Amino acid sequence: MPGDILFYVIGVFIVGSGIGMLLVKNTVYSALLLVFNFLNVALLYLFMGAPFIALTQITVYAGAIMVLFLFVIMLLGTEYLSRKETLKNQRFLALFLAFLFIIELVAVFSQKDGLFAVAGMDVQFVSPAQIGKALFAEYALPFEMVAVILVVATIGAVLFTHKEKQRRLLGEESPATSPKTNSEFQQKEEQS
Amino acid sequence: MSVDGLILLAGLMFLTGVMGVILRRNAIVIFMSLELMFNAANLAFVTFAAFYQVLSGQIFVFYVMTVAAAEVAIGLALIVAIFRQKHSIDIDEVSFLKD
Repeated sequence: MPGDILFYVIGVFIVGSGIGMLLVKNTVYSALLLVFNFLNVALLYLFMGAPFIALTQITVYAGAIMVLFLFVIMLLGTEYLSRKETLKNQRFLALFLAFLFIIELVAVFSQKDGLFAVAGMDVQFVSPAQIGKALFAEYALPFEMVAVILVVATIGAVLFTHKEKQRRLLGEESPATSPKTNSEFQQKEEQS
Repeated sequence: MSVDGLILLAGLMFLTGVMGVILRRNAIVIFMSLELMFNAANLAFVTFAAFYQVLSGQIFVFYVMTVAAAEVAIGLALIVAIFRQKHSIDIDEVSFLKD
């Protein structure tokens, strides 16, 4: 069936780009691989009859969040980082646990016989209008909570990166960017 | 397309996310692995929403996405703040509380 072939191709793309994200050395490449991963997941959502979620996935994840990631990566200039193993045998243990997890998955899915096909949802049922109605009627309270969470997160992000505020919060104990040396410098300047 | 295949795929995606958190030392890659795990959960949600023909699964995915966006904003701000102090985003360097 063509649908199944498409599913396998997308599945291979998703798993492959996920593993590639882990193995690639340059962080920019792993961010781009993750964008590819998200686009493939959005395609799967589209096939399952969830167009609103699929487009939200593309705009929010691939569009906004990953751009933020790329922005920070390039701003900090930390594309490469050494990959030493600080805990002994950590890699071996991690791979062992992954192996166990895969065995578990296979065990769970081999118990049931016969795959049952996903019925695509009725397009009228999941139209963006329907989702909007549900959001503002049935799920109005969580909607408002999410608004509060977003505002708090925005304020928090600004506070974390605001230099003046950080100086006041950390006082004189911040070692690296050091408001202390800065003020000492100013004092020296004033003396001389 | 079957529920089994999609849930298996979500499981494998989650596994790659967990491996990323365990294996990598770069804080940004760890954050991206977290996003991968969120996406695996979202995929499972949408799969079961399609299977049982209910809308709540998709609504929940929407909320997960918004909270993930907020979390990324905070997390990246934290990473930038730590980078200003330590000039590194290796998570092994971040041991302020230990000293």
